[in-house]
Amino acid sequence: MTESLFFIFAAMAIVSALMVILNRNPIYSAVSLVITLFSLAGIFLLLEAYFLAVVQIIVYAGAIMVLFLFVIMLLNPGKEAKFLSPKNPRIFIITLLSMAFIGMIITLVSGSVNYIGEAASSTGDLGTTRNIGLTLFTKYLLPFEIASLLLLVALVGAVLMTKRHLR
Amino acid sequence: MLIDIAIIIIKIMIVIGGIITTVAYLILAERKVAGFIQERYGPNRVGLWGLLQPIADGVKTLLKEDITPARANRIIYHLAPAMVLAPALVTFAVVPFGSGIDAFGRHIAFQVADISIGILFIFAITSIGVYGVVLGGWSSNNKYSLLGGLRSSAQMISYEIALGLSVIGILLLTGSLRLNDIVEAQIGMWNVFRQPVAFMIFLVAVFAETNRLPFDLAESEQELIAGYHIEYSGFKYSMFMLGEYSNIITASALIVTLFFGGWTVPFIDVTKFGYWGAFLSVVSFAVKTGFFLFLYLWVRWTLPRFRYDQLMHLGWKVLLPLALLNLLFTAAWITYV
Repeated sequence: MTESLFFIFAAMAIVSALMVILNRNPIYSAVSLVITLFSLAGIFLLLEAYFLAVVQIIVYAGAIMVLFLFVIMLLNPGKEAKFLSPKNPRIFIITLLSMAFIGMIITLVSGSVNYIGEAASSTGDLGTTRNIGLTLFTKYLLPFEIASLLLLVALVGAVLMTKRHLR
Repeated sequence: MLIDIAIIIIKIMIVIGGIITTVAYLILAERKVAGFIQERYGPNRVGLWGLLQPIADGVKTLLKEDITPARANRIIYHLAPAMVLAPALVTFAVVPFGSGIDAFGRHIAFQVADISIGILFIFAITSIGVYGVVLGGWSSNNKYSLLGGLRSSAQMISYEIALGLSVIGILLLTGSLRLNDIVEAQIGMWNVFRQPVAFMIFLVAVFAETNRLPFDLAESEQELIAGYHIEYSGFKYSMFMLGEYSNIITASALIVTLFFGGWTVPFIDVTKFGYWGAFLSVVSFAVKTGFFLFLYLWVRWTLPRFRYDQLMHLGWKVLLPLALLNLLFTAAWITYV
């Protein structure tokens, strides 16, 4: 049951992720990205990380992607022109970066370097809200505070940028 | 095993059937209350006191022509009503609507899914509901509907923050995200007395989240004609209406669950009285929810609509700081008192 559900969610995630980059209509891309995020939330659920799954939907699917759609609708860009033409000078850099990324994935999958460890296969009760809170505020307190400071700086920066004309 | 599945299916059927029936009569009640407030009769031709009006309306929208605008984006245009209706019906799954009974050698809770992150689940699914409104507005290829969709997306995101923050005070007091725990923690003392500020913020924010007056900027008739569903007709239009009214029912049920003791009955321990106690708890829940449904109608025909800048001002500069202060005060109270 769990295994078959995993393959369904994984297939959905991959297909919709492909749709994000293959669609020329930006609205379709955004909607496909929402489906990808939902599939990932489903995989989190199968790993019994309920809190993560729900936060994934609230933050990414429910807030950030709505703002994406908002901006796309306001700007109303036309269908994207063909980007991958041989005349585009950026194609070299893109190819290089993609190959580096594929190389990283191959290293991970082949198992020569064990980055993933055991955590992904069984989270146990680690995924409960209580345990995530406890770990965040004891073991990972410093990274957590640094991340929140970073977010605060970004927030102040965003407000400053909208008020640029007042200076 | 088989009986467990049967129980779950029956519960789902009861909840969805209950919501759809309530929606039908809520729309009738809305027109009756409007008539009463404006000193006229309201619908009274179909059946006794107009009681068969919902059936007549349903048949009418089913038989109406289903029009798709020529330049609409067809796929998204057809999907949008479902994107509004489906989340609206799913959210009620985690709301406990009664104390539960002991039957077939097991305890049957009056709740479709008792999950440990109940309140977060509701926030997650309601935040999805905005897609139907936004995409429906965009795909109709109409300036008014697009404006309605844009307004709705900005409004939903702004008020979700105040909504979420106002609930955290209750979560601090209860120490659990499970809705049943929140209900049981209120035996003897409703949360509305412990967290009055949070209740006011939640009430205002939930009106904005459900797109109801005085915050129905997404479909304000005088400016946008009908807002995001202006091009929809026939049963697709009905699906938008069903979704909107289901959201109102879930919102009222949530207010009752979080602030007014849910299915508990004041001064009576319903769990001691077997089947009659369970029945009483369902009645208690229904009566309280019914009051907030009436409040929705009452407010709609009493208060005028906010201007858009007033709406944003209220959300970001009044409700958000107030919710943060309330949270700070609650945390300090728990820590030091």
